[in-house]
Parts: sequence; structure tokens; C-alpha cells
Amino acid sequence: MAYAPHISQDVSVRVVMLKVLIALLPGIFAYVWFFGPAILVQILLASVTALSAEALMLKLRGKPVLLFVTDGSALVTAWLVALTFPPIVPWWLTVTGVLIAILVVKHLYGGLGQNPFNPAMVAFCAMIVAYPQLMSQWPRAEMNTFEPMLRAIFASDRQLDAIVMATPLDALRTILRDPEQRATIAGILGSHATFGNIGGRGWEWVAAGYLVGGLWLLKQRIITWHVPVAFAVTLALVATTFNIANPDRFVGANFHLFTGGAMLGAFFIATDPVSGSTTPLGKIIFAAGAALLTWIIRSFGAYPDGMAFAILLMNLFVPLIDMLTQPKVFGHRRKSER
Amino acid sequence: MLELFRFPGGIKPDAHKEESARTPIAPAPLPPLLVVPFRQSATGGVDIRVKVGERVLKGQCIGSAEGPFGTCVHAPTSGTVIGIESRTLPHPSALAAPCAIIEADGEDAWRERVPLEPFSTDPAKLRTRIREAGIVGLGGAVFPSHVKMNAHIETLVINGAECEPWITCDDRLMRERAPTIVAGAAIIRHLMGAKRILFGIEDNKPDAAAAMRAAVEAAGGKDMQVIPVPTRYPAGGEKQMIRVLTGIEIPYGKLGPDFGVQCFNVGTAHAVARAVLHDEPLICRIVTLAGNYARPGNVEARIGTPIDALLALGEPKPDTDRIVMGGPMMGFVLPESSLPVVKATNCLLAMSPALFPPPPPEMPCIRCGACTRACPMILQPHELYWYARSKNFGKAQEYHLFDCIECGCCAYVCPSHIPLVDYYRFAKSEIRAREREKAAADRARERYEFRKFREEREKAEKAARLAAKAAETKAKLAQEGAAAVIAAAQSRAHPEGKDEA
Repeated sequence: MAYAPHISQDVSVRVVMLKVLIALLPGIFAYVWFFGPAILVQILLASVTALSAEALMLKLRGKPVLLFVTDGSALVTAWLVALTFPPIVPWWLTVTGVLIAILVVKHLYGGLGQNPFNPAMVAFCAMIVAYPQLMSQWPRAEMNTFEPMLRAIFASDRQLDAIVMATPLDALRTILRDPEQRATIAGILGSHATFGNIGGRGWEWVAAGYLVGGLWLLKQRIITWHVPVAFAVTLALVATTFNIANPDRFVGANFHLFTGGAMLGAFFIATDPVSGSTTPLGKIIFAAGAALLTWIIRSFGAYPDGMAFAILLMNLFVPLIDMLTQPKVFGHRRKSER
Repeated sequence: MLELFRFPGGIKPDAHKEESARTPIAPAPLPPLLVVPFRQSATGGVDIRVKVGERVLKGQCIGSAEGPFGTCVHAPTSGTVIGIESRTLPHPSALAAPCAIIEADGEDAWRERVPLEPFSTDPAKLRTRIREAGIVGLGGAVFPSHVKMNAHIETLVINGAECEPWITCDDRLMRERAPTIVAGAAIIRHLMGAKRILFGIEDNKPDAAAAMRAAVEAAGGKDMQVIPVPTRYPAGGEKQMIRVLTGIEIPYGKLGPDFGVQCFNVGTAHAVARAVLHDEPLICRIVTLAGNYARPGNVEARIGTPIDALLALGEPKPDTDRIVMGGPMMGFVLPESSLPVVKATNCLLAMSPALFPPPPPEMPCIRCGACTRACPMILQPHELYWYARSKNFGKAQEYHLFDCIECGCCAYVCPSHIPLVDYYRFAKSEIRAREREKAAADRARERYEFRKFREEREKAEKAARLAAKAAETKAKLAQEGAAAVIAAAQSRAHPEGKDEA
């Protein structure tokens, strides 16, 4: 290199992406522990699809294939798609989701670093809109019988009553909306097999796994505190406020944080630097907005979990947020001080 | 104990200072031929005062300062000027400029020297001495010191941070010549009316700090403080050093004295003392030989010494593939090693592929924000990159492109290995070129408009003249007509010859 600086830190996009993948492992471990190894099949399926699609697009676009395929970014997208989809969706659903993420959301917008929307979240939203039923069949906790799950994935055997169950968020929502049941939150959480100690049975441990991985990412300085803290604090504040106001109708903060996509969203999805805000204040606004929207959709919306929609909606505001939250440059004064 | 402030961002690259800082400063031998560029400061011109064939003495002014920003240039030894010709300068632009080629006679005979007693001398006279001694900022920026001294300040900051990896010339200077640095600082303080002096030294140079502290005490150090500052690049940036020691943030376009503070490098303070107390102009400087050498160290070299001759002292290892002048963060690759040492030559870093591996391939920006966290100016490097790359220069300026000090922290931490600083340099030069073009166009337009105005004025004047003439003629005709009528009338009233009667 002819121009300064002539030295650089020993980091690379590959290392950054690899660390994100490593940070997902505790969550995946808990996932396998409670829900069986089907998720690993989905992750493998998603990874192969993502790498193939990535290679194809790079070839078509005349980019160095090997360099970019090995950067790890496609794998991160693939794993996030697999982890947000139910583990027993048919194989073609995962493949279609990943193809949407890589081909459309990533490469049609210009490839690595150019996509204004989070690819995995677009895949999730597209699929839940197109196949709401398939996308809401989740396995029962501690029901890790591998064989019927494999049949569900590959043989389109949808005789799943024995192993399928609504997610905690879905169950809570359905019961609350049924006027005949006249149920209260306390009653539901106590009586239903879906729920565990904090969130959903099993799912609370998966969320805890994501929390552990996320904290490690924070320590590795891959992400900053702004997004996870703003996301968690906002979700907790809103949930607690409404829970106090009407404990029969609105569930509390712990449940919100340890159920559904909250932890994954706080540490791995809202922190996506490409589609998220980049200024310190912008990150806080972005994550707080995403958490607020997640809570609103969960509490009043048509879908049980609102995290994916919330992130996409906030992606829309990123250019505006970034523009309005530029930090004060060294030695300059803020507009209000002039 | 003085309260220290933090500057934002910054990085901690491996320092690599030990190798070259171990041994004392060695004098570089007098080369047979010296090439002294007449342009030795960041600004201003020089009036050449020697002719080919002329004999010069050591310290003799061979180029006198031109304009308020010029500084003098001197013969580094006694000898004969055997040529004045254009030579490539060791500067990132690699442009050529006039140089005096001096053949040393080996006598090293000084011109007459007239030391000054600084504290009874008029500050204006001291400034003139400093200008005539050719003193410029020796931190590497070579801005004329007398210009920076033309102000009244509260706090004088002497910068001994030396935050760039590998470079140790200031470290050695402080360890070996601390009393002279303190004496120089005292002269600058007197000249600028400052109340206190703060010596800022990165805390990875305890020996230098100890030597400086001892010198301050020996000098009776009233209102002088030696302050270790945390080792974090770019702590030696002028704005960063002032921020750390005083809490003052100097924005782009403002100067230290606007806030009652001014900052000089330790090498500059040393040069000031030599110039005032011994009437020695700036004809040599300490140069660090670090990197891929068998014998790294620091040498005191005369300005104009061929860089080749210095390299030989450090004995570059065989796999050395290029020489960087300056440090690895802000230095530039020398186009050739035959160029002369100039006042900005603080370090000659020998590089090899093993020691300084080429960067991995450039990847797209993923907006990870590492650059933003590292930027000491609180800029948004990824946004600046985006706008520079898309040639959206207006936006780049809106995002404070010109506040960038090109320290290289952003490029250092970038996981995508994007040469970010190159993009900023490109954008800055494009904007400056466009402004020059615009200024030229403005001048052309003004000329054209003035010509049009002049032509119109001339036309109007001509028309006015013509109209006046016409009116005159008309009036004349009318007058003549009237006269004829009167005459006719008179002739009618008074028959010829009667009216005289």
C-alpha cells in the first residue's frame, strides 16, 4: 500500500461474521436441548442454500466469488432465517426464505453492505404472510422426537398434532382474545403447558442462550451496548407499565423479554450494522422504536410476534434517524449552543 | 496534580519504540555533497541569496524569507555551491523544487554568531531571530514557528507525546537534551507572554519524562509542569494534546491563540534555544531509523544529507522493499532514497513485506461503526467514505470532511480494509481544485463583466460625445441661423453702411 496508514488492526469482515456465528451457539445449544436436532437440519439447509445463492449471484455480478462467499455474511443471514423459522417447516419454505434474503434483499440491492432491510427479517415476514399456517407450527417443548420432525421437513407429512403446539406468545394471545374463556394472564401462565418459569417453556432457555452469546459479542466489541440496552429497557418499560395498569390483559416484562424473538432481536438482529442506525443516539432510537413496535404488534397486532415487522419498519427510518442524530464534531458546538 | 481530559476515539497500535530508543543519538557523518531545498516550510517562499560557485559558511543564510510566512534557509556546512537546480523533494506530492547543491569543504566553519540574551530582548526581535533561524514545526508539519508565535497566550503546551509507532527522535531528544528543551520553552513563553508551560509526554516514555522533570527543576521551573498523558494514538496531535492537557477543543478553522493556548513540538523548542542562545540556525535534526534495520537508532543529520547516507548507518536488511518518511500511521513512501533530509524528516521507516504485510483485499463497508468509535474528531468516517466515493462533495463537507486530521485511526480499525484516508484526501483535493476553478471562473467572469462594462461605458461616452457634438453643431447652426436672421433683420432695419455711423 502506497498511502498511510501502513499498518492495520488484525480484523476482517470474516472474523466479525465468525464471531456472530459463534455467539449464536449457546442459543442453538439450548434449542437442540429442548426441541431436538431438527433445527440443525434447518441450519444446514439454510447454509447450503445461502452459500449457493451467494456464489451464483457473485458470479453473475462479476465479483470475486471465493473472497465474498467466505466472508461469512451469507451464513449469518442463513442462520438467522433458520432460527426465526419454526424448526419443522417444510424444507422448501426454508430454501425459499433464504433465497429471498440472499437473492432479492441482499444482492438486488447491491450485495454486502448495501441492503437497507435486514435480509433474514424480510424472509421471515414474506413467509409468514404467504404461509401463515406453516409458519405457526412450532414443536412442543421436550418433545425432541427427531423422526416425525424429519418427516415434517422433508416428506411434507403434516400430521403433526402430537408434536406441534402454539408458541407461548400465540397461546397467550389466542386465549386472551377468546371472550368465552374470560381468562387472566395469571391464570393462563399457571395452567398452560406452553409456559415455563419466565417465558415459554424451553424458549426461555433459548433466549438465555442468546443473551449469553450477545453479552460475549458485546465484550468482543462487535456490537455496542446501545442497541441491546435500548431494546430491552424499552420493551421492559412498556410491558411493565401496561402490566401494572392492567395485569389481567397485559403480560409483564420478563415474559416479553424471554419469549419469541426478543433476545435474538436485541443482540443479533437490531444490531445488524448494515440495515441499522450507526450513530450512538440513532442506535438507541432505532432499538427503542423496534422494541416499542414489537410490543404493540404483540399486544394488539394480527401476528403473535412482532419483532421482525418492527425491525423492518425501523429500517425504513434509518436514513432519517442517522441524519438527525449526527454527533457533535470535535470542537464544534451543537446548533442549540450557537 | 493537573486534571487530565480525554480526547475521543483513538487507537493503541503496537508501539515498537524499544529497538530504536535503546541507543543514544549518533551524529551522522558529514556527507561530501548536500542538497538543500530552498522550500523548507509548509508555506511561504524564499529569495535565493547565493550563486553557483559561491563559497558559503556553516549557518550562512542562502535563502532569505519572503513574505510573512517565509523562513530562512541555511548552509548546513561550509563549502561551495556547485549548483542550483530543481530536484525532487521528499514530500507526498513528489514535486521538484529549486535546491542548492553544496560541496562540503570538510572544515565545517561557522559564520559569525551573535547569541541573544532572551529575557531582556524585545519579543519582536526574538521572533525575527526565530524566523531568520529557519525554525519550523519539527513534529513533521513544518509550519513556520514565528507565525505561530505571533500571539499572546495563557498556556504554552510543549508536545513530547510522540504517539506514532516506531518513531523515537523526540524521546531520545528529551532524554539527552532536556535542559535545552526547557530553555527553549522558557524563551517561547517569554515571547508569547504565557503564564504557564505544560510539557505533555506519553506515559510509555518514563525516562524522557524523568529527564524533563529534572531539567524543569534544575531550571527553577516556575509554572512549568511535566505531565504524562495516556498512551493512545493520536495523543500527539496538536488538538488532542491541547484537549488532554487543558480541556480545550479547537475546532477546524480556529487557532490555539483564539483559546489562549499554543502548542510546539519539543524539537522546535530545542531549536529555538539553539537559535537564540547560540545563534545556530536550524541546519540539522534528529532522524529515527526504525523498522527493518540491523542497527536501528537515532541520528543527528544535517538538512540536505542524502537519505541513502543515513540508511547506510542503520544498515537496512536485504528484504527491505521501501522506505517511509514519517511513521506508519501518517508517513508516506519515498519515491526514491536518494532524496535529501529535510526539516520534516523525523523518521525513515524501513519496511519489508514480513514486517509490514500488505493489507488484505478491500471489502465493502458494512457500517460496523469501528471507524466512528476510533475517530478522534467525532466524525462519521463511514458516511464521509460514502460521500467521497460517490463524489457527493457537498454532503462530504456537510459531514465536516475538513475537520479530518488524516490520522488514519479509521483505516487502521476497518475490518473491510478500506483505505479510508485516501478517500478523504481525494475528496479534499477535489473540493480544493473545484474551489480554485470556481475562483478562476469568478475572476474570468469579473474580467468579462468589467470589459463589457468598459465597452458599454466607452460606447455611452462615445454616444455622449457624438450627441454633444451634434448638439453643439445644432446649436452652432442655430446660432448661425439666428445670426443670419438677425443680420438680415438688421440689414433690413439698417441699410448697409448706416449702422456704423
